[in-house]
Amino acid sequence: MRQFLKLLFRNRLAGLGAIVLGAIVLLVLVTPLLPLPDPNATATGDRFLRPFSAGHLLGTDHLGRDLLARLLYGTRLSLAVGLAAALIAATIGSAIGILAGYFGGRLDNVVMRGVDMLMAFPYILLALAIVAALGPGLLNALIAVAAVNIPFFARNIRGVTVGLAGREFVDAAKLAGMGSGRIVMVEILPNVLPTIVIAMSTTVGWMILETAGLSFLGLGSQPPQADLGSMLGEARAALISAPHTSVVPGVMIFLIVMSVNLLGDGIRDALDPRLKSGALSRPRATTAVDRKGPVPETPQQGLLDLQELQTQFHVGERIYRAVGGVSLHVKPGECLGIIGESGSGKSVTALSVMGLVASPPGVVTGGAVKYDGEDLLSADYKSLRRKRGENVAYIFQDPLATLHPLYRVGDQLAEAIRVHHRVSDAEAKRRGLELLRSVRIPNPESRMRNYPHEMSGGMRQRVGIAMALANDPDVIIADEPTTALDVTVQAQILSMLDDLRRERGLAIVFITHDFGVVAQLCDRVAVMYAGRIVEEGMTREVLEHPLHPYTSRLIACVPELGGGRRKLEAIPGLPPPVDKLPPGCAFAPRCPKAQPECQKGEIALFTKEERAVRCLYPEETFLEEEMADARLAGE
Amino acid sequence: MGSYILKRLVSAIPVLLGITIIVFLIMAMIPGDPATAILGAYATPENVERVNRSLGLDEPMVQRYFIWLGNMLTGDFGRSYSLNRPVLDEILERFNATLILAGTSFVLCAVLGILAGVVSASRQYGFADKAITFTVLIGISIPSFFLGMMMILLFAVNLQWLPVSGMWPIYGDRTLWVLIEHLTMPALALAAVATGVVARLSRSAMLEVLRQDYIRTARAKGVPERRVIYGHALKAAMVSIIPVLGIQAGFVLSGAVYIEIVFQWPGVGRMLVNAILQRDILLVQGGVVFVAACYVLFNIAVDVAQSLLDPRIKT
Ligand code: SF4
Repeated sequence: MRQFLKLLFRNRLAGLGAIVLGAIVLLVLVTPLLPLPDPNATATGDRFLRPFSAGHLLGTDHLGRDLLARLLYGTRLSLAVGLAAALIAATIGSAIGILAGYFGGRLDNVVMRGVDMLMAFPYILLALAIVAALGPGLLNALIAVAAVNIPFFARNIRGVTVGLAGREFVDAAKLAGMGSGRIVMVEILPNVLPTIVIAMSTTVGWMILETAGLSFLGLGSQPPQADLGSMLGEARAALISAPHTSVVPGVMIFLIVMSVNLLGDGIRDALDPRLKSGALSRPRATTAVDRKGPVPETPQQGLLDLQELQTQFHVGERIYRAVGGVSLHVKPGECLGIIGESGSGKSVTALSVMGLVASPPGVVTGGAVKYDGEDLLSADYKSLRRKRGENVAYIFQDPLATLHPLYRVGDQLAEAIRVHHRVSDAEAKRRGLELLRSVRIPNPESRMRNYPHEMSGGMRQRVGIAMALANDPDVIIADEPTTALDVTVQAQILSMLDDLRRERGLAIVFITHDFGVVAQLCDRVAVMYAGRIVEEGMTREVLEHPLHPYTSRLIACVPELGGGRRKLEAIPGLPPPVDKLPPGCAFAPRCPKAQPECQKGEIALFTKEERAVRCLYPEETFLEEEMADARLAGE
Repeated sequence: MGSYILKRLVSAIPVLLGITIIVFLIMAMIPGDPATAILGAYATPENVERVNRSLGLDEPMVQRYFIWLGNMLTGDFGRSYSLNRPVLDEILERFNATLILAGTSFVLCAVLGILAGVVSASRQYGFADKAITFTVLIGISIPSFFLGMMMILLFAVNLQWLPVSGMWPIYGDRTLWVLIEHLTMPALALAAVATGVVARLSRSAMLEVLRQDYIRTARAKGVPERRVIYGHALKAAMVSIIPVLGIQAGFVLSGAVYIEIVFQWPGVGRMLVNAILQRDILLVQGGVVFVAACYVLFNIAVDVAQSLLDPRIKT
């Protein structure tokens, strides 16, 4: 509760709303004690006095009555009537909701049907009908507003009660021989009370406004008694000659409704955990780049070079180092595998290439991504956009989530082409059809007209691949493209990717957690752990002679190479959270060979030609001299 | 599609019947003799006798309901004693004016609201977003009748840009331009609150959608950002915006009652308020049933629009 209030008041607007509303309520409570003139005392000689006249701070109305006194008493009345309507609606509505929810069955059915019917009315028609039947008057307006809001409470409370009625403590009470009445009062009511209170707080402002509205129409409070609505209604006749008589009550209604709204928004936001985590922010068109150091100037090694890439997530005060200095390169026609558990930073590395990491919260804080020698991180949005899909294309994991659900597959394919090439729609469609054929989709003509949800997972992923191929890119980055698929489909997709690579000379970066898949497809492989590369080498060598203890564990998880999906949970323990990385080797807590010096300081990536490892005690001897020096330095 | 519309129409029949039952029950709450209430000042013994016979008022409740329902289905909503003309004629004439007002407001609130929400979301926490959020907050907090009065003061009285009230001038031509002049203020005042609500919802719907994987896919394809936002994201966000538009239509229709009073717009809302003050029961009854039924039909149109947008809905 304390935390809730703190959150509420951290939202400055909600605080403002609370203060304004509090002030109004306070003012209204002490009104009878204030030295005010009688609000109903008429003085025809003093009609329409302007504000700040002697003795009348806000002036007078058409009968010479003091506006300040009328305003305060009117506010009192409006608030009281609104609150009363809210209480009545909440009580009756909740009672109906609890009964329907608790007893269920026929009663529930009939009641909910009725509620639906009532909710089919534009609310004011119902209120007008009730006032028409009962006759104008404040009490009748109150009844009408309360009645119109009953269905809202009934429906909400019924939902909560249905959930509660099936719970064990209710069953226990029944077994103990408690009567229905007592169960409702003792077990159900206390549990639905918070919902009732929240529903009331969100509707009370509305009901104040509604009763004021009916009074404004002349259907609510009758003269001489006046609430804010009827004050405004009476003032309307003199709107042009004495506007202040309208402005005074109007502004008061506005202040009340606004402060209630601000407070309500504040309460809602404080209760919504997503706002705190920043999960409701919009990702920008490209990842934010804020490089602390200089852009690395290493010679070009491949078509796509990552150099000391660092990508972080900044969430509030916390910094998650998702990618902590990764260097990789891939040559034309080559397939590079990046393997690691989830959370190892492999996907973030891949998405960083084309600036697709959601930002906020993602920020690239260092390094370079070079495509054919040109640094993509310093490229402006326009030139980056032109390379997306055209030079470097992506295939994502779950094609049901990654294809747009409301566009036909053919249109999505055609769009991929048309955003880069000036061709007619028909021509783009024709090429799209060809693409579907090239990924071996049967009946491509009719498939073009399908929506994603009408296809199977395997077919959808073929569409995903076809879309990546649309502009004949040089590099394809495939982020776990087969993880969501079953084993046979997975094998088909992999062999197809392999064929495409050979036919088209594609460079592929293949991200996976499965060494079996790597063995099938990749020339080289890089193993990632906690945002860094811990081992790299030709696939065959890494598989046969793993150097890093983590790599050998990963390989041990694949009993038969190429045997389809495997889970990596077989390695005991979890990767460290990347906002609290330990010093030294991040794998140390899970490593059976860990020594004290492993956790002392930064461990370098020991590199010899194609092979590299980040470990002081590798599984096989590697660069023995340098290792020995490093171990000594750590001691 | 045709069969879907038919299905929705059939499913509306119980709702429509429910509406008539509810209105009937409410009207049964009128204290005293119903014929006298209906006739008001015209309640001579012969008139009471005639009304009792034609509305079956001496019959039991259930019969009375079916007589009333039957009359309505044949287009006989009764006769308004205060206007001395058939209720249905009056409603149809007035409904026209309400339709122009509420329809314009509805289009305004949908277009402006969605636009504001999209701009706001695509510049989250930027200046435009803050300005829109602030305006929206003011907009949804001003009671429409007060906003209308203030608009009259500013635009009609002080600046003299627009006519004070009414739908047509007493003298002069009834051209489209004249109508637009008269319509501008009431339509804007009526649209204000709904625009705010739609803008808020569109903003949060867009923010939700922009985090989806398929938006990342669109960006990865190289779709320009403008198209990502106004094409891919907006289309997906519409799925959650459209139902809210349906609800807001009800609020616009409700708000029209106040706006018609403030601007002396000759619509159904003003007719209903006057009828209540005159205790013209048949006119109230007929007006409420008629407008509620139109609203139910409108919501079917909303559902149909939704099913056209979203192929995942089974039609
Ligand atoms: S550095 Fe030490 S703790 Fe880390 S993997 Fe190698 S042996 Fe294990």
